[in-house]
Amino acid sequence: MRATHSLKSIFILLALTLTLSVVSGCTTLSSSQPESVDALRGTGNLGVIIERATGSVLVVQQRPARILKRVEGLGDLSHASVVFSPDERYAYVFGRDGGLTKLDLLQGSIVKRVIQGGNSIGGAISADGRLIAVSNYEPGGVKLFDADTLKLVADLNSQAITGHPSKTVGMVDAPGNLFMAALLDGDEIWKIDASQLPPRVQRFPTRGRMPYDALMTPDGRYYIAGLFGEDGMSLLDLWHPEKGVRRILPDYGKGEKKLPVYKMPHLEGWTVVGDEAFVPAVGHHEVLVIDMKTWSLKDRIPVYSQPVFVMGQPGGRYVWVNFAYPDNSAVQIIDTETRKVLETLKPGKTVLHMEFTAKGDEVWISVRDDDKVCRYDTQTRQQLGCLKAQKPSGIFFTWRAHRIGL
Amino acid sequence: MKVPILSTVFYVALLASSSAANALTAERAQVLIDTLRQDCGSCHGMTLKGGLGPALTPEALRDKPLEFITRTILDGRPNTAMPPWRPLLTNEEAEWLARQLKEGVK
Repeated sequence: MRATHSLKSIFILLALTLTLSVVSGCTTLSSSQPESVDALRGTGNLGVIIERATGSVLVVQQRPARILKRVEGLGDLSHASVVFSPDERYAYVFGRDGGLTKLDLLQGSIVKRVIQGGNSIGGAISADGRLIAVSNYEPGGVKLFDADTLKLVADLNSQAITGHPSKTVGMVDAPGNLFMAALLDGDEIWKIDASQLPPRVQRFPTRGRMPYDALMTPDGRYYIAGLFGEDGMSLLDLWHPEKGVRRILPDYGKGEKKLPVYKMPHLEGWTVVGDEAFVPAVGHHEVLVIDMKTWSLKDRIPVYSQPVFVMGQPGGRYVWVNFAYPDNSAVQIIDTETRKVLETLKPGKTVLHMEFTAKGDEVWISVRDDDKVCRYDTQTRQQLGCLKAQKPSGIFFTWRAHRIGL
Repeated sequence: MKVPILSTVFYVALLASSSAANALTAERAQVLIDTLRQDCGSCHGMTLKGGLGPALTPEALRDKPLEFITRTILDGRPNTAMPPWRPLLTNEEAEWLARQLKEGVK
């Protein structure tokens, strides 16, 4: 039975290797490698960890936790992010140096890699999995690629479209094969309809300065950009784009002195609990609670330092928060019901990112300067163990393949 | 392998500092270089070729006077994302970093 299985898996892998023409794929068949990825397996239990300083990524297994393979040669991975193909087999890694890399999680190898721009900040995959969109700093704008071949299919250059170059941020997918992005220097939100090619760009003024990042609410309805140049956020309702952008929380922090921001917060981990959303404040030691019925500020929760990620534990009751340089060694857990900090963890030096398992029983935390990724039981908040990783930053589990906006 | 690099940094630190008495320790110099690569790098790119913030390579900074770079590090740039680092760095440390950038970070 076992022999049949492994024989079968070898045949499947051989077939895949041939069709994909991945030369390096052959090495993964060697049975002498204890960490090989050649066992017959699904991908729902896998993930990718970015090793930002060495241009490498780790293909990991969530349970039991282990590193399956280190894949090297991905360029400058500071601020790298990852999206997954709908079948959870391929990871697309967006590097700082403009590199777009398609990674085969089953083979543990690079399928294809292109340098698509001079300097990029993130990307998204369309709902149908056919297109990859990358938002670029240099040249500013958005490029769309065929998800199979990584061939360029559309170049939406901000200079050509708006008359000005602009760094582009906050790239996410939205229902209807839309992509959403924001222009940091152009103060615009772009709604890119990629359901047909060439894509159509609709432009919306943000009515506020310097959108620095943005998110989709998990239901795929609201696109919300955080503003760095002033207080508040810009909201576009995708059910009613004709109404244009609405400024929300305009009075937040007015007249108060902002602290220097040594690391921009991220909005990706936006947490919605009932009608409330929990988001990082910019330049304040606070997590903000937003009433999503009225889009007004409901509460401000004092925390350890300036939050970077405010991430909801699946199940909704708790949010986990990490912090900006130089106070970046702590993680705090907030009870969304009482809006109080329950616990402060110190996983190690320089916590960069957190990722929950799909149902939230575990959270993995990357601790850059201690070269490790530590796992916590979210129930007991006890550490379960750590994996060694070189200067780890982002952790991405494959469940993201099935979430709008991730 | 690590020792010669550290002592080079220390030596450079001694040379770069205006007063030898305030010279950076090798340990502090290493912390500053790590901060430059990792934390400045989160906006300027880990290879300092630019990102949210501009490139900080010697070529990019050729026309920028040392004092301007030092002041930018200490006081930030209003209306941009560049924060003031004065709460975290001494004047000497900022100038040392500015010199590292001008000369190319080793």
